Amino acid sequence: MRMLTFAKRNTREILRDPINLFFGLGFPLVLILLLTAIQANIPVKLFEIQHLTPGITVFGLAFMSLFSATIIAKDRASAFLCRLYTTPLTPLDFILGYTLPLIPISAAQCVICYLTAVVLGLEITVNIIYAVLFIIPVSMLYIALGLLCGSVLNDKQVGGVCGALLTNLSAWLSGVWFDLDLVGGAFKRIAYALPFVHAVELQRAVLLGDFSGIFPHLWWVLGYAIVLLILAVLLFLQQMKRQ
Amino acid sequence: MDAIKICGLTKKYKDIIAVDNLSLSVYEGELLSLLGVNGAGKTTTIKMLSCLTQPTSGDAFLNGKSIIGDAAAVKSIIAVSPQETAVAMGLTVYENLDLICGAYDFSKQKRNIKIKEISELLGLDTVLNKKAAKLSGGWQRRLSIAMALITEPQILFLDEPTLGLDVIARSDLWDLIRSLKGKVTIILTTHYMEEAEALSDRIAIMKNGKLIVCDTAENIKKSADTDSFEQAFIKFVREVEK
Repeated sequence: MRMLTFAKRNTREILRDPINLFFGLGFPLVLILLLTAIQANIPVKLFEIQHLTPGITVFGLAFMSLFSATIIAKDRASAFLCRLYTTPLTPLDFILGYTLPLIPISAAQCVICYLTAVVLGLEITVNIIYAVLFIIPVSMLYIALGLLCGSVLNDKQVGGVCGALLTNLSAWLSGVWFDLDLVGGAFKRIAYALPFVHAVELQRAVLLGDFSGIFPHLWWVLGYAIVLLILAVLLFLQQMKRQ
Repeated sequence: MDAIKICGLTKKYKDIIAVDNLSLSVYEGELLSLLGVNGAGKTTTIKMLSCLTQPTSGDAFLNGKSIIGDAAAVKSIIAVSPQETAVAMGLTVYENLDLICGAYDFSKQKRNIKIKEISELLGLDTVLNKKAAKLSGGWQRRLSIAMALITEPQILFLDEPTLGLDVIARSDLWDLIRSLKGKVTIILTTHYMEEAEALSDRIAIMKNGKLIVCDTAENIKKSADTDSFEQAFIKFVREVEK
């Protein structure tokens, strides 16, 4: 109950920020519309709606890291979090309170992207529902990254690291905007050692109904999500002690 | 009966001793002011008593509960109004108060009653649906204090509560603090001598983390052989410097 009160507060703070709404919901939609328009004029397989949408749903999650990190960093900078540390809220309440609200927001972002894609011609299949379900482990990965950054960086640094660096990394190294085979070599090896391209390929496989194709990508995503979450929790608890 | 019993509380940060072997008792329902120049150790003392910072050594017992061994129980009976305004800026006044009630697991019915009560008491009822970010600094401060009072604490820590308030708001807050005396045990830190003199049952003066004196304002003035509390404070602090 206590945790839910705190989670409700975080949900309100995130959803009431118009910049969050624009980047979290509006920006992925703009990208789908823009790239579909390009595809209509210059057909590229990568930007076909069934290929593009899973990538955009994953790319949009980079903003969840930004939301998560920003709210934590801002709370840490003010006396507000210190005040809450003197209440009966436990460390688990704080961690869950910061993490849980972003899961339904991530799922909602994914649903909106798929609804838009359907309007633009994506075939309606049950796989869309599975794709939304499989976005949850991917969202945990990005939320954990946000929790981690928010625990160690201040709000200005969060803007740079999550707002610029992470969105670019997850764009370039995910195979959403260009085929990684076109670059190949070390770039491709680095990309496949990171979770972003696996998250995109997981989503593409689910949408195609190729459930054997979700492996090994699911393991990569879950592995990174678990490690990052453990690290994020440890760093959050450490900063809590420092405060 | 002692509501707060501080036993040899010490806090060291590397080479700096912020609080040095502090021992002190605060009676139930008493208002004790902690005075001292900047860096005297007042805020660190409050941080330790409110379980925000672990002491390096020593312990303190709040209504019999140890700040080291039973922090969860201590947190359920205290409330803190920090030095800086501590509110959630994106929430309305109502939602801020509701958040704190939720953190103490109040029922929905109790929340509504307490929010109505405290908002009327502090004049926040006219701005209940306004976002905290849209309030002036003085109103934000009022909200911050309301968030400490709404939980019906047995022990209340007020860290420079009137900082940034205008004369009227300050006078209103003094009246409110007076009305709490006897019902709630209060530790208040302030830089305003007249505030400490007007509100406190006893005043503790700290310097370099050490307790110099703890007595009533009258007795402190008598000991310093002056009619002015401010002069008495200066005399005590200067004597330690020598």
